[in-house]
Amino acid sequence: MIPFIIRRLFGMLLVLLAVSFIVYLIFIVIPGGDPAIRIAGRTATAANIVAIKQKLGLDQNFIVQWWDMLKQLFTGQLISYYDGTNVVQQIKAGLPVTFSLAVGAGIIWLGFGILVGTIAAVTAGRTTDRLITAAALIGISMPVAWLGLLFRYFLSGEKGWPALFPDGGYVPLTQNPAQWFYHLLLPWFTLAILFIGFYGRVLRSNVLDTINEDFVRTAKAKGLTPTRILVKHTLRASLIPIVTLFGLDFAAVLGGGAIITETVYSLHGVGWYAAQSIQTQDLPPLMGVTLYGAMFIVVFSLLVDIAYAFLDPRIRLT
Amino acid sequence: MAERLLEVNDLKVSFATEDGIVQAVSGISFGLERGKVLGIVGESGSGKSVTAMTLMGLTRGVNARFEGEVLYKGTDLLKVSDAELQNYRGNELGMIFQDPMTSLNPVYRIGDQIVEGIQAHEKVDKRTARSRAIELLRQVGIPNPDARVENYPHEFSGGMRQRAMIAMALSCNPSILIADEPTTALDVTIQAQIVDLVSRLKDDFDSAVIFITHDLGVIAEIADEIIVMYAGRVVERGSKRDVFYDPQMPYTWGLLGSIPRLDRPKAERLHTIEGMPPSLINLPEGCKFRPRCPHAFEKCQQEPALENRVEAPGHLDRCWLDVEFKRGRRDETISGGSAEAA
Amino acid sequence: MATTGQDEFTLDTAAELAEEEGAGKEIQGRSPWALAGRRLRRNHVALAFLGVFILVVVACLLAPVYVSHVSHIGPNDTQSGASVVINGKKTLVISNGSTKIVNGTPVVTPGGVPIGPQWGAAGGKYILGADELGRDVTTRLLYGGRNSLFIGVTSAAICTVLSVILALLAGYFGGTTDWIISRIFDLIWAFPVILLGIALGTALQVNGFHHFGINLSGSSLWITVAVISFVFIPYIGRPLRGQVLALRNREFVEAATAQGAGPIRIMFTEVLPNLASSVLVLFTLIIASAILTEVGLSYLGAGVQPPNPSWGTMIEEGQNKLATAPQISLYAGIAIAITVLSINVFGDGLRDALDPRAKIRIEH
Repeated sequence: MIPFIIRRLFGMLLVLLAVSFIVYLIFIVIPGGDPAIRIAGRTATAANIVAIKQKLGLDQNFIVQWWDMLKQLFTGQLISYYDGTNVVQQIKAGLPVTFSLAVGAGIIWLGFGILVGTIAAVTAGRTTDRLITAAALIGISMPVAWLGLLFRYFLSGEKGWPALFPDGGYVPLTQNPAQWFYHLLLPWFTLAILFIGFYGRVLRSNVLDTINEDFVRTAKAKGLTPTRILVKHTLRASLIPIVTLFGLDFAAVLGGGAIITETVYSLHGVGWYAAQSIQTQDLPPLMGVTLYGAMFIVVFSLLVDIAYAFLDPRIRLT
Repeated sequence: MAERLLEVNDLKVSFATEDGIVQAVSGISFGLERGKVLGIVGESGSGKSVTAMTLMGLTRGVNARFEGEVLYKGTDLLKVSDAELQNYRGNELGMIFQDPMTSLNPVYRIGDQIVEGIQAHEKVDKRTARSRAIELLRQVGIPNPDARVENYPHEFSGGMRQRAMIAMALSCNPSILIADEPTTALDVTIQAQIVDLVSRLKDDFDSAVIFITHDLGVIAEIADEIIVMYAGRVVERGSKRDVFYDPQMPYTWGLLGSIPRLDRPKAERLHTIEGMPPSLINLPEGCKFRPRCPHAFEKCQQEPALENRVEAPGHLDRCWLDVEFKRGRRDETISGGSAEAA
Repeated sequence: MATTGQDEFTLDTAAELAEEEGAGKEIQGRSPWALAGRRLRRNHVALAFLGVFILVVVACLLAPVYVSHVSHIGPNDTQSGASVVINGKKTLVISNGSTKIVNGTPVVTPGGVPIGPQWGAAGGKYILGADELGRDVTTRLLYGGRNSLFIGVTSAAICTVLSVILALLAGYFGGTTDWIISRIFDLIWAFPVILLGIALGTALQVNGFHHFGINLSGSSLWITVAVISFVFIPYIGRPLRGQVLALRNREFVEAATAQGAGPIRIMFTEVLPNLASSVLVLFTLIIASAILTEVGLSYLGAGVQPPNPSWGTMIEEGQNKLATAPQISLYAGIAIAITVLSINVFGDGLRDALDPRAKIRIEH
């Protein structure tokens, strides 16, 4: 297992390097045109532009620029082009928010997803199953942005209805745990609904497949109770692919992928920061945020593979 | 007379599918006594596996319909509730299946799976159950059972897995062991070992065995009584001697004739039975074997009843053909000639 | 012919007898596609939703007809200062503010509120209301639908084609080709989808794309199409690659090779048909994802650019006016939900028909 992990870590580094390079390409090379001009704004003079170039090192060859940017990122000195703030600081500031969102939503969607999927599979074909499937399909068909807006509209006092929930914003856990929880409830559910629908359906499908497996038949033939068969045999096998999915989805949200949810609810997390930087086409924060996100995905990929090896003794990680 | 454990009366099993109703089993009857081995032989689709699984209630489902009786020690298992059935499965009736690799859960150790079966029916603690598991593994001939009990299924060879399955099925001392094609997925040499094992265990555990296969060679070793199934019904039934030495059904001749034999060196092609088994949704009128029978005649349009037409009283068949005539013709069919028995 | 004697019988007897009665029918063979078609036809729910989807597409395609015959207001006709006749009364499309004295205290009603859904009252105009610039919401909904659907379907199609090609190459040739293509998949996969989409989308919108002889302005829809197609490649590519790898080792491929067929031929005549049902299902599901992604991108400003309407931009436009003018965002969302739901339900039905025990699913 150790050689496997080491090789993977090495691969991860390569991937992250490649990712950073691609981000760089996307922003500097693709639009064409001189970034200094863009940054200098409309009323810039030639002198301004030259000054900016020098200051930001834009007059260097682009490989050098890329490498410099990476160095700055890792030493915590990456500065935004747009407003001069320190990228790494900003990301750190956004971490508690994004983490709170991710962990809460993750627990909700995993828990409910498994619950809903199992019930649907066990009652397959009957009314309960049909209702659950319909709800799940609706859940995955709604755009997150709209769902968030609807929640705010109906539950946060927009229309003059009683405000059951606060309208966005974030309260740090250390400051007021009750409010922290209260403010996050709507965002958690908004983010979770999509995943619950998806996971519920995947699990239902897995369980229905697994029920027909030979080893489940053997378990029945041994005279085990239906509950035991369901939990120890059927679910045990059906949940393994869910582990993979969850690992990657959770990583994506943790890595700032819940941009829309953060924006809709004004939660100033990493995703929100990413959205802002994109609006202003600010390369350094974008580089930072993308690498941060990619890192999570890649690390969790590795964790998921390791988990798989523990869950299925036939897998040998070499 | 040994204890009569099982009495199956006119069992019928059908399934509703999107193509129509499948008549998987159309009226099978047989009995089983302690210490005896019943062999059920037939092609795929003959209904043998469905029969076996129905005995354990494994075919119960939304689309399944049952008629008739399955009397185990006097109780009709078809009428028993699902919850009560759990007490019979594993406990009174044990079953092993065709493919031991997929029939064992790959993520649990062999020992744990056997222990699970024991603890489902008996109030013993883990330690006792575990030593019993080790002892069972020893009885089925697995070397080094103390160590092997911790292995996962994929660490066993095919033959060993099947032995482990047998150990698991016998763990609660069931009165009947049902073996559904246990040797089909194994090499010939391993097949012989498994058949021996089952035979020996039957005596050790004083149980009865229902052995299902399509391979007459295997049956010859172990069965006391043989049932030949075709298209969901019994077409011939008798003692091993009766069926092998005086088979009455042309279908049985076909099965016997298609066994490659070393003692009849003929440079001719292996006998095959022409045609395909009938659709279980649209069964033909009359004798179900008629479309493939080289000897069919007019009377075969009417389905023969399962009756005793020969001297041996326990030997039943479903064939209208005259017995003496058949005895004259059949050797050519069986001994590897072509199907033209004219 | 059949006789009473047991002496006269030949091998043909049985066959003749069977033919005579036509009984004991053999099991008929039917192609998997025919079986699938029949299963699909029996699935009324799936077909109904397919109908809904087609209805939506047709309605959007008929947008110009709607404008010329019903609303008489184009998608970009801002009517800020105009007024419209509602039930005989002339009303401003966008209200002016007003101050009323109620019980001695001044009550200020802010201006800038567009009129809400009129349904029939204004003679076909503003059936679903107006947006903050006075444009007709229904018209924009239909034109926006055109854009959103165009982007969704086209990007799904391009993505599927690219993924199939890459999956075939990777799975069939193995070795270095597979390694390179798998790393490409990994790389695209490592980016959080939305982030990559936004990054590419924004970057390309600055000056458009002027390389390799292709000239696209920054506000071209094709940029969004390209971005979404690109982003979803690993989602289809990986499962398909797995299938190609499995198929590649099957005997019929070996047989074809033994017959002297070259790789391209084998890929197209042996492997591809077996992939067909997976491809079909994945394609359908990706359309749904693509539409939702476009909505997300447009909402964040990295997709369709104003003034072009799309369902996503409409949600963004209306988000700050939920209290006063919910119609701007609300109906766009409903349209999206209905459309995507129809695709999902039909996609499910398609998958059930093609393989009732399918193992195809999109990794998220």
